[in-house]
Amino acid sequence: MSGLATIAKRLLEALPTLFGVILVTFMLTRALPGDPAVFYAGPAADAESIAQVRHAMGLDRSLPVQFASYVEGLAAGDWGVSLSTGRDVTEELSRRLPASLELTLLGLLIAIVVAIPLGVLAATRPNSWVDHICRIIVTTGVSMPVFFTGLLLVYVFYYLLGWAPAPLGRLDFMHIAPDRVTGLYLVDSLIAGDVEVFRASLAHIFLPALTLGIFALAPIARMTRAAMLDVLSSDYIRTARASGLATRTVLFTYALRNALLSVLTTLGMVFSFLLGANVLVEKVFSWPGIGSFAIDALVASDYAAVQGFVLAMALLFVTLNLTIDLLYAVIDPRIRAAS
Amino acid sequence: MDRRTFLKNSALIAGAAGSLPLFKFMPAHAAGNRETLIVVTGSGPNSMDIHREGTNRPSYAIAVNLYDRLLSYGTKTLDDGTVSYDYETLVPEVAESWDVADDKMSAVFHLRKTATFWDGKPITAHDVKWSFDRAVTVGGFPTVQMKAGSLEKPEQFEVIDEHTFKINFLRPSKLTLPDLAVPVPIIINSEVAKAHATDDDPWATDYLHRTPAGGGAYKLLRWDPGEQTVYERYDDWQNGEVPALKRVIIREVPSASTRRALIERGDTDISLDLPPKEAADLHASDKINVAGVPIENCVNALGLNVEMAPFDDKRVRQAIAYALPYEKIFDAAAYRRGRMMHGGQSFTPASADWPQPFPYDTDLDKARALLEEAGHGNGFEVPLSINLGLAQWTEPTALLIQESLGKIGIRTPIDKIPGANWRTQALVEKSLAMHLKNFGGWLNYPDYYFFWAYVKGHLFNSMNYSNPTIDTLVDETLHIPVDDPAYVPNIKQMIAIAFEDVPLIPLWQPNLDVAMQKNVQGYEYWFHRQLDCRPLKKV
Amino acid sequence: MAAASTFTHARYVLGENPLTVVAFAMFFVLVLLAAFGPWIAPYDPLASDTAIKLMAPSAEHWFGTDHLGRDVLSRVIVATRLDLMIALSAVALAFFGGSVLGSLAGYYGGWTDRVIGRVIDTVMAFPLFVLAMGIVAVLGNSVENIVYATAVINLPFYARVARAEIGVRRESGFAAAAKVAGNGNIGVLARHLYPNILPAMMVQLSLNMGWAILNAAGLSFIGLGVRPPTPEWGIMVAEGAQFIVSGEWWLAVFPGVSLMIAVFCFNMMGDGLRDLIDPRRRT
Repeated sequence: MSGLATIAKRLLEALPTLFGVILVTFMLTRALPGDPAVFYAGPAADAESIAQVRHAMGLDRSLPVQFASYVEGLAAGDWGVSLSTGRDVTEELSRRLPASLELTLLGLLIAIVVAIPLGVLAATRPNSWVDHICRIIVTTGVSMPVFFTGLLLVYVFYYLLGWAPAPLGRLDFMHIAPDRVTGLYLVDSLIAGDVEVFRASLAHIFLPALTLGIFALAPIARMTRAAMLDVLSSDYIRTARASGLATRTVLFTYALRNALLSVLTTLGMVFSFLLGANVLVEKVFSWPGIGSFAIDALVASDYAAVQGFVLAMALLFVTLNLTIDLLYAVIDPRIRAAS
Repeated sequence: MDRRTFLKNSALIAGAAGSLPLFKFMPAHAAGNRETLIVVTGSGPNSMDIHREGTNRPSYAIAVNLYDRLLSYGTKTLDDGTVSYDYETLVPEVAESWDVADDKMSAVFHLRKTATFWDGKPITAHDVKWSFDRAVTVGGFPTVQMKAGSLEKPEQFEVIDEHTFKINFLRPSKLTLPDLAVPVPIIINSEVAKAHATDDDPWATDYLHRTPAGGGAYKLLRWDPGEQTVYERYDDWQNGEVPALKRVIIREVPSASTRRALIERGDTDISLDLPPKEAADLHASDKINVAGVPIENCVNALGLNVEMAPFDDKRVRQAIAYALPYEKIFDAAAYRRGRMMHGGQSFTPASADWPQPFPYDTDLDKARALLEEAGHGNGFEVPLSINLGLAQWTEPTALLIQESLGKIGIRTPIDKIPGANWRTQALVEKSLAMHLKNFGGWLNYPDYYFFWAYVKGHLFNSMNYSNPTIDTLVDETLHIPVDDPAYVPNIKQMIAIAFEDVPLIPLWQPNLDVAMQKNVQGYEYWFHRQLDCRPLKKV
Repeated sequence: MAAASTFTHARYVLGENPLTVVAFAMFFVLVLLAAFGPWIAPYDPLASDTAIKLMAPSAEHWFGTDHLGRDVLSRVIVATRLDLMIALSAVALAFFGGSVLGSLAGYYGGWTDRVIGRVIDTVMAFPLFVLAMGIVAVLGNSVENIVYATAVINLPFYARVARAEIGVRRESGFAAAAKVAGNGNIGVLARHLYPNILPAMMVQLSLNMGWAILNAAGLSFIGLGVRPPTPEWGIMVAEGAQFIVSGEWWLAVFPGVSLMIAVFCFNMMGDGLRDLIDPRRRT
């Protein structure tokens, strides 16, 4: 089967899921307590002005009619208007999504950089004290609520030590955001050749990304350890060792490379796991991402915004899983040969 | 990409990131720049248009700083040295002078002849009429607020000539002129607005929601909803003294403790939305100035829904008023910021001041006796509802109330209600039996408070309280001037009824606390509780 | 495998991994606290005394007092029961629901499988924490609703494991034999197939307990947690968080550390269980 056909098939398979997500989100938002019309009619509105608002928002129509018009809008690329910010949901999401992605990706990167060596270290000396310490470190990381980790990091590194900048989002007052190419400040500032903005963005993103990274250590380290143990006990490694290759060469050239394949499959899961944890981290660091947007929208019964957020996340997950599958096919020659 | 290069690349990226240290970051001190002010706040505006439906409270600051009104209030210095607006004096803003007709049925406003909007177009009476017509027509909050000042129909507003504007009154009312100086009746550049109006949207709500079109002291430089708002000075502003600050950056920081840390570490000039605890701590340390002014015409209170048994019995309400742990609440929920509202001397009010301490204090024996008398000696169970959005004070208060009422047999499970839901249940459906509420009237008159909170069916009467005497008194008093001989006796009578019937038990009058660096001067307290950036300066 | 050799194996695994032993010991302490907390706690966890509010840890109050003058140690101890109950009931519900759905899908295949598979995919396509937030926001924040929300977001994991494991064994000889012996479909599934997949499901259990506690804590942090004044670790951390910057760290740190220890202990036990059950370790 050709690559394109595979992608098309996978996308088709995702359609019912997406429809399910749209339906469930729609029902969930309508079931939220609180009447958005009352909320948006303002602090001193009377019954009449509330009715006006309700009509203007289309909330006086029946649920199936509302759902149909929502789906119709989606098909035409209209995700509705966020009531709390008064802007198109698509505009809000596209403005905020890069912030969340940048944070999550860097968090993931930090986790990978720390967790893979820990996993390898643990696997080379299974059940030694090194293994136990690695295990304690990563399990502690995953056992702390992310908001607690974030608050502690802010307290220590900003408030007490003054090493980190104030938790005020992506950049401080003195820097201007780089021209948008990817929406990721770290990348855009490099494209623009502005080292100072790059440094400032990095300083701002470091603590929130570290918070996420600490949380994500465990699954990656565990998977690395398990995969390494698996590979190290396999016949070809034994053969390689027996044929006198240096331990280092065996470990890094053969074993790690093969173990990374299994790690890659976990990365997809870890990434979606982190996107969820993002919601809380963004709250702690005033990060202008989609997570903090979603919490506010949920509390304000901002239907369109909540629906848009969940839909965007669902789309993201589907794309992500697809990408992982494709990457896997690229990396693993067996799969490539088979297809 | 083949496997080899993929792995090589990821290793490269990993190596690069791993070698970057968590370098010491020096906060770029904006405090060094005297013309730029940095403000942190809990939440930001959701619209640039105060007339739009759904516009939140922080958006009022846009109306204050970016737009002008015909009139403004004067200022006065309070005992502690803080400057406050003065509701007794009106001063010119766009109108340089005004005359009220002898029959008190109309007023003529003379506009400044040289004042212009940001785009250079002169501010004319046509703009004022268009803006006022808009405020009374669009519905929702602006229309209700205009109505409070007896400004109800476009026919009331008349253009005499380019620079003369007339308002015909529906009735003589002491509230009409003050209502022109609240944030709502802003003056919009009607030509810009009309150019963006459509048949569906004759008042250009879509355009003005995103793009302010005014002539206020500040222009909008940048607005990133949920992140920041940046104002830049309008150098040709004629309707007051040109501000000292060239630029104001308002950043949204949801966490109160972060806002506190920012001001303590000198990374911001002003920190808004401070919970009482942070205000008390900062006030105690000497490094930061905290301006704390009790919010006029406002109390944090416990509401009892008189339509729900057993609160239909006055004795039960009084029993609860005697059972509340006022001192503990003032200590642990208000951190003694504000004014106590208990322990008044007599059930006959000595003055027409509002709010004033109610004649109740913690006295559990009296409370038990009253409950016994009402036939509830064994107590009862009733949910105590609080607004999650105000959890900073409602939660500790509710816990202390719960504990204290438990001692006289009243069990009160606490119901936390999210902000959106709160409006519906508390104010519109009025379905909460016992709830903590906070209402403040913009116009500082007791009768205005009673109008909103004690008249049956009115929005802030979440207690469903109904009393014909109060209704008549409010009707008689609302529009008469304060020097009318009937005014003070009427108000005292209303307050006496509120003392006796206690559908609403005031706990304390909260402070508006604003923390600022020592070099920030010119802060003024305003009834709308927003930061007026125009008089501020850094020295 | 005989019971004796299972025991030998367990002793071997535990001996090799002292952390699991420590985790089980900590779990035992937690269970003790959950069972006898109200009698162990030195003070009434609900009694306020604003005269001693925000006192640092001292001889009388080992963990200090909170913003209403309540004893933090007593609250941390008493909270154990509720936190364990939330995690346990949520995971039990998810385990049960996931087993039923997953087994049906795995056993019957075809349309049953497709429909159940889609439902599970739909749940998994949500950002799970946000789904939990939505459910609690809709149903209202009570202990039961937190349990339901947590159960819903945990359910797919069990359903997937059950579906895969049953699917593999569906065509096996012993299943066919049971069927020939006159058992109905449900009987084969419940009596012959399901017991075989239990070990694989059990491994998830302990790991998910930790996750359930964290999830409840996260809900508390954004204001959708257990109702006050009930002591619960997550809500105590969330409330205490606002006092960290002003130096009153003990409000958040003690419940935070308790929370961490509990989750840590569940995670370690999960690892230990996996080692015990994972057949490869037995070779």
